[in-house]
Amino acid sequence: MGLLSDPNRRRALISLLTRLNTPICIVCYMAGVAWFMGLAFEPFTLRTYMSENAMGSTMVEERFPAGERALATGREFSAHKKRTGGMPVEWLMKTMQAKGLEVFTQRFSRTLPFPDENKERYMVRGTNVYGILRAPRAPRTEALVLSAPCSPGDNNNQAVGLLLGLAEYFRNQIYWAKDIIFLVNEHDLIGMQAWLEGYHHTNTTGTFCHSRGGSIQAALSLELSSDIITSLDLVLEGLNGQLPNLDLANLFYAFCQKIGVLCTIQGKLQRNDWDSVSGYSHAVQTMMLMVMKQASGRPWGDHGLFLRYHIEAATIKGVNSFRQYKTDATTIGRLLEGMYRKLNNLLERLHQSYFFYLMPSLSHFVSIGYYMPAFGLLAVILLLRALDLWVQLSTPPQRTEDGVTDIEPVRGVLSLLTPLVISHLTGVALYMLPIRFQEMAVEHFPVSETEAVVLTAIAVYTAGLALPHNTHRLLSGEGTEQGWRVLKLVAVLYLAVLLGCTALINFSLGFILALTLVPVAAFVTPHVPKVLSAFILVILSPACTLLFSVFFFQELQEMPISFQDGWLLFLSVISQGILDHSLYGSLVYPLITLLVYPCWLLFWNILFWN
Amino acid sequence: MAAPLTLLLLVAVTVRAALFRSSLSELISERVEVVSPLTAWKRVIEGLALLDLGVSPYSGDVFHETPLTIYLFHFLVDYAEVTFMVSVAGSSVFSDYLFRKQKFALEADRYPLDCLELIRSPKEMYYIPLKVAMFYLLNPFTILSCVAKSTCGLNNAIIALFILSTIKGNVLLSAIFLSLATYQSIYPLTLSALLTSVPLSCLINLCVTQWICVFLFWWFIVQYAFMYLGSLFVIICLSFFLLGSWDYLPSVYGFILSVPDLTPNIGLFWYFFAEMFEHFRLFFLCVFQINVFFYTIPLSIKLKEHPVFLIFMQLAVISIFKSYPTVGDISLYMAFLPVWSHLHRFLRNIFLVSCVLLACSALFPVLWHLWIYAGSANSNFYYAITLLFNVAQILLVSDYFYAFLRREHHLTYGLYLKRKDGSEATLVLK
Repeated sequence: MGLLSDPNRRRALISLLTRLNTPICIVCYMAGVAWFMGLAFEPFTLRTYMSENAMGSTMVEERFPAGERALATGREFSAHKKRTGGMPVEWLMKTMQAKGLEVFTQRFSRTLPFPDENKERYMVRGTNVYGILRAPRAPRTEALVLSAPCSPGDNNNQAVGLLLGLAEYFRNQIYWAKDIIFLVNEHDLIGMQAWLEGYHHTNTTGTFCHSRGGSIQAALSLELSSDIITSLDLVLEGLNGQLPNLDLANLFYAFCQKIGVLCTIQGKLQRNDWDSVSGYSHAVQTMMLMVMKQASGRPWGDHGLFLRYHIEAATIKGVNSFRQYKTDATTIGRLLEGMYRKLNNLLERLHQSYFFYLMPSLSHFVSIGYYMPAFGLLAVILLLRALDLWVQLSTPPQRTEDGVTDIEPVRGVLSLLTPLVISHLTGVALYMLPIRFQEMAVEHFPVSETEAVVLTAIAVYTAGLALPHNTHRLLSGEGTEQGWRVLKLVAVLYLAVLLGCTALINFSLGFILALTLVPVAAFVTPHVPKVLSAFILVILSPACTLLFSVFFFQELQEMPISFQDGWLLFLSVISQGILDHSLYGSLVYPLITLLVYPCWLLFWNILFWN
Repeated sequence: MAAPLTLLLLVAVTVRAALFRSSLSELISERVEVVSPLTAWKRVIEGLALLDLGVSPYSGDVFHETPLTIYLFHFLVDYAEVTFMVSVAGSSVFSDYLFRKQKFALEADRYPLDCLELIRSPKEMYYIPLKVAMFYLLNPFTILSCVAKSTCGLNNAIIALFILSTIKGNVLLSAIFLSLATYQSIYPLTLSALLTSVPLSCLINLCVTQWICVFLFWWFIVQYAFMYLGSLFVIICLSFFLLGSWDYLPSVYGFILSVPDLTPNIGLFWYFFAEMFEHFRLFFLCVFQINVFFYTIPLSIKLKEHPVFLIFMQLAVISIFKSYPTVGDISLYMAFLPVWSHLHRFLRNIFLVSCVLLACSALFPVLWHLWIYAGSANSNFYYAITLLFNVAQILLVSDYFYAFLRREHHLTYGLYLKRKDGSEATLVLK
């Protein structure tokens, strides 16, 4: 407390902080970025380990024999799917009933706010089929879910086949203490959402589920499109960047090791040469892919919506590439059997291990305690700038007359409120207008609905830059020195709180935004060269960040694209973001439009203060 | 003066009316930061339903408001929103009145000349009531607690009335309102410490000799205590006759003192008592509850010449250390902050503290979401923010206290202190 009460030491500290403000800020920024890059370096990370006792020490034996039969069922399913031109509900019900499950269907229909051009759907109508295997050994209070999507074309037939094969095999085992629900969902996430809402009676889009199992403890979603695979990929990122408990990933990894299946995360195999440059860059790539995916806030597999209901879930994808090492369906079946048997042993929900982590490889992870300092170092810059401004503001100005000082607060409040209100109204317009105005746009311009939405969004975004924010000049003449300082203080604190909250919910998004917005917030004043800083400001604005992220993401996936394609992808990413928000309630779009963009506009406003 | 106040009231009422009609009001009334088990409107409704059925509202474990409140709402339930608005508006207007009285009390000839800049100019004083009303009416905390229909608004109104009548010098009304406030939630009892300071400053001029003064002082205390206890007795008996049983005593006061409901809130109790071994519970309960009453005596000795500041300190201490605090309690003492605008030059940590308070207010819902909905964080995260929030409040209050004392010091010894050797001296708090 000495620091807080001793005026001499306080003065020394504050003068140090204000005098060296810029160098400290630069050092903090560098240190933050360096810390983040260091996270992927293997000696700085922790090895994954199983925290949950119920899954760790118990032995299970995998005996699933019927891979070939499962594949045959999959082929049959594909034939029926082709015949009906969609979900073969009748056939599925009959087959599941024949395997001894209680079978139910759920119908749902949903109209998208505008057509989804990536998946070519607008009015969605479908049916989910699910069969419940009742637990023979316990009251039916808990359940596990295994789901496979019924996708258009030839995709995922093997997944449904394997699901049915496992159902038949599981039915004959006596050790189940939890209900197991086998779900085939249509229209991927839309179907999944309808089912989850129906199951939990929070219904909006589909009918209620007629019969339920117990409360769902864990769920796996299976995607498998070939008879033989080379590796299995684990997808963890869910809605709003939420991740399942790390133990689920550990469980998958442990079984892959045990059974001898190649396993990847973000499509990247793990390498042992961490001390070489290429090994390190491989780890960085894997981690960056995870960061980008998490930051996008969208579910990257059908499991993504389970997380919202407190259900730990992941998607397992079978990948068939040109590697020598092949795995057949029986082995995958055994792997799933093992995982479900371990999950069956759970006494409580998975909660022992981490919920906040990044994975540079499947065997290593970075926990929240290690990655938060990277963000903290960036956030500290904002606080330092705020402190600097505060000191500048609180050094008493020379009072000439008593009359002047009395009008000051009113004027100060007005010149502060106008930009705040205007930039937030722009944000609200950006949030509301694209969907509201699509019909009008389609009438008057030769564009499709989706294009109309995206282009309206971009138009509003650009128009926000041109708005006359500086109405304070009309009210009270020239903008004062005091005025922009107060506005900047408010904007910097606003940004700090905003980024802090974002980083807690979705670290990756918060970090990427901090990486681009913090320099803006730190250097903008009305006195820097206008054209150059305006250019930098636009480059570092949220939309441009998104554009760069698109290119960067493609680069990381080793699929570089031309600028033309990148632009098209950028447009589709925007439309997907809006769709994700209106369909599943993803928070990224409202966050950017209602809070981040207005905050950025405040800095834009400060630049053009005079 | 009246015109801006009316405008302010109009704005405040519009904001609240808009929020009442929007879908947000339901969300807000569920927030643990805004409503406590004592003040939740949902519980009042439950109590009313039980009352209508002819069952004692205290027979369940849901309702913990006082009998008078429930009978008040028994008649006013259809106008609940209006009631809350009136109570909020009322308390702000009262507090507005309150500070007119306070003018120029500080200006006297006995201070050294260079302290002139420490004394508030009449112009600054003129705007203070308006600022107080603004701080109370437009404080987001008050708005939230009003929209949630938390009965905390009523308690605040009663306390504001008590302060008003005390400062106006109306002894009977003051005693009645104090007993009402005590009846509502026990803690305002500590506000009675005010008595030691108010009469002293009034009587000092009347006294001829020392012992008459002392006698008059004790006579006044006895009178006041009689009125206070009498009205408390009347109110308690009235509640008894309304309900026909003493059920409400354990259910209201037992509930406040023994803290059986550990729903998370912005206070310090819930986490601590959720973690504690059962056999230590009574001991720590006493320790925690004594905290509220503990600071009364030293504060009232130190501040015996400054009743309004004493009230401010007491209210802050109550809202930090009470067993079920909500943001409504905080907004009451925050309304006093503009009164101390002359202390701003002596405040040391105001920037840090306001940053922390701001960040914490934003982090409460975020961490609640992560804990309860996403399931990825846990109660430790939320309690960490609660702790930080309370530390910031304590720092705020102690900062104001320090600034107040320092101003007093400067008023006596002059603003620009010199050491013996002529260099500029600094005050160090040790």
